[in-house]
Amino acid sequence: MSVRHALLALLSEGPKYGLQLRQEFEARTGEVWPLNVGQVYTTLQRLERDGFVESDGSDDESPQKGFRITAAGDDELVGWLHTPGDIGAPPRDELVIKVLIALTLPELDVQDVIQVHRRHLIEAMQQYTRLKADADEDDVTLALVIDAELFRLDAAVRWLDAAAARAKRRTRRGAASTTARKSQPSPARRAARSVEVSR
Amino acid sequence: MTAVLELRGVSKTYGTGAAEVHALVDVDLAVGDGELVAIMGPSGSGKSTLLTMAGTLELPTAGEVFIGGQPISGLSRNEQARIRRRSVGYVFQDFNLLAGLTAAENVSLPLELDGVNAKTAHRAALSAMRQLDIEEKADRFPDELSGGERQRVAIARSIVGDRNLLLADEPTGALDSVNGEAVMRMLRNACQAGIAGVVVTHDAQLASWADRVVFLRDGRVVDQTAAPMEPESLLVQGS
Repeated sequence: MSVRHALLALLSEGPKYGLQLRQEFEARTGEVWPLNVGQVYTTLQRLERDGFVESDGSDDESPQKGFRITAAGDDELVGWLHTPGDIGAPPRDELVIKVLIALTLPELDVQDVIQVHRRHLIEAMQQYTRLKADADEDDVTLALVIDAELFRLDAAVRWLDAAAARAKRRTRRGAASTTARKSQPSPARRAARSVEVSR
Repeated sequence: MTAVLELRGVSKTYGTGAAEVHALVDVDLAVGDGELVAIMGPSGSGKSTLLTMAGTLELPTAGEVFIGGQPISGLSRNEQARIRRRSVGYVFQDFNLLAGLTAAENVSLPLELDGVNAKTAHRAALSAMRQLDIEEKADRFPDELSGGERQRVAIARSIVGDRNLLLADEPTGALDSVNGEAVMRMLRNACQAGIAGVVVTHDAQLASWADRVVFLRDGRVVDQTAAPMEPESLLVQGS
């Protein structure tokens, strides 16, 4: 999970204070990633050093210190959202966060972000399937090992399909009520948190 | 590789005015012999319409469909029907076998409808069934076959004779994942033997048997998979 990019996403909506960034980060990631203020400021300092954000120059540790995203920061954020993660390891958490963040950026087409990841997953599935196709049909061990990978990747594709359908439905209904929902934890966010704890 | 099927700038619009639906919008797609292409997309994305156009069952509102390099719109209805009978094989989700005919009679039916004499058609049917390892069930009726065997017979029917284009709409239907995989393996083998195949599915595991996966959204082709790496590269990555 990239705290850096989550903070950039929040700042892409407009200038914000450090404390405000922490609260909004937790609200939008379903509160599954609690952050302390120190983490937020360390990350912001690195982002400033890298030229991705600018501060208003007041006291370093002041909760009233404001930050804004730079053009380089915008590019960095969009690049990260479109970059497929390492699918050698369970990709779901990073995938979920990328799609959740993409949903909050009105100028970005979330369907395009979803499609980049869907294609990447299916290309990996094609490679595994070719291994299975070329193997002896009676080699049950190999088939089962490959199946395990295929089902894992398939689950991520299905989740993306569901995300795409939900995003489309939300677009149709309009995003009028989205802002109001972000400010307080919803039952869905509490459920997401309990699932995370039980993993 | 020759394009057996080509859709060039194909659009299909149903209805008019407020009820107008753009089922396909400016679709380009070429499928060569020996190639299996999967079409994926959510419900209503135009997958089945694309298959209908590819099978010449309907003509596009704009653009052109070519089968074996021949533009379909310039042909008479009879000529279009002849292409459907001789060049195109269909595999359906629910098999569509005729209950009163044996497996071999089901397979030979498209040839007999095209005027081929019964003996020659029966020989061709047995040859197609042999390819799908189902020849020993030639004299059985559909209700004496398992779901997987019925679909094998249906695939044999779709490749019988000199057909060179195979169109399949969710061909694994209600089969379990292992039997579904067997069906995809057969479709892949049939294509590798020199047929162009297009399979419509919402199932990523089945689509991954294809050489190429094309993604549809709102009637448009929005993306497709790249040519796959050699399988060995996976083992290197994983080691």
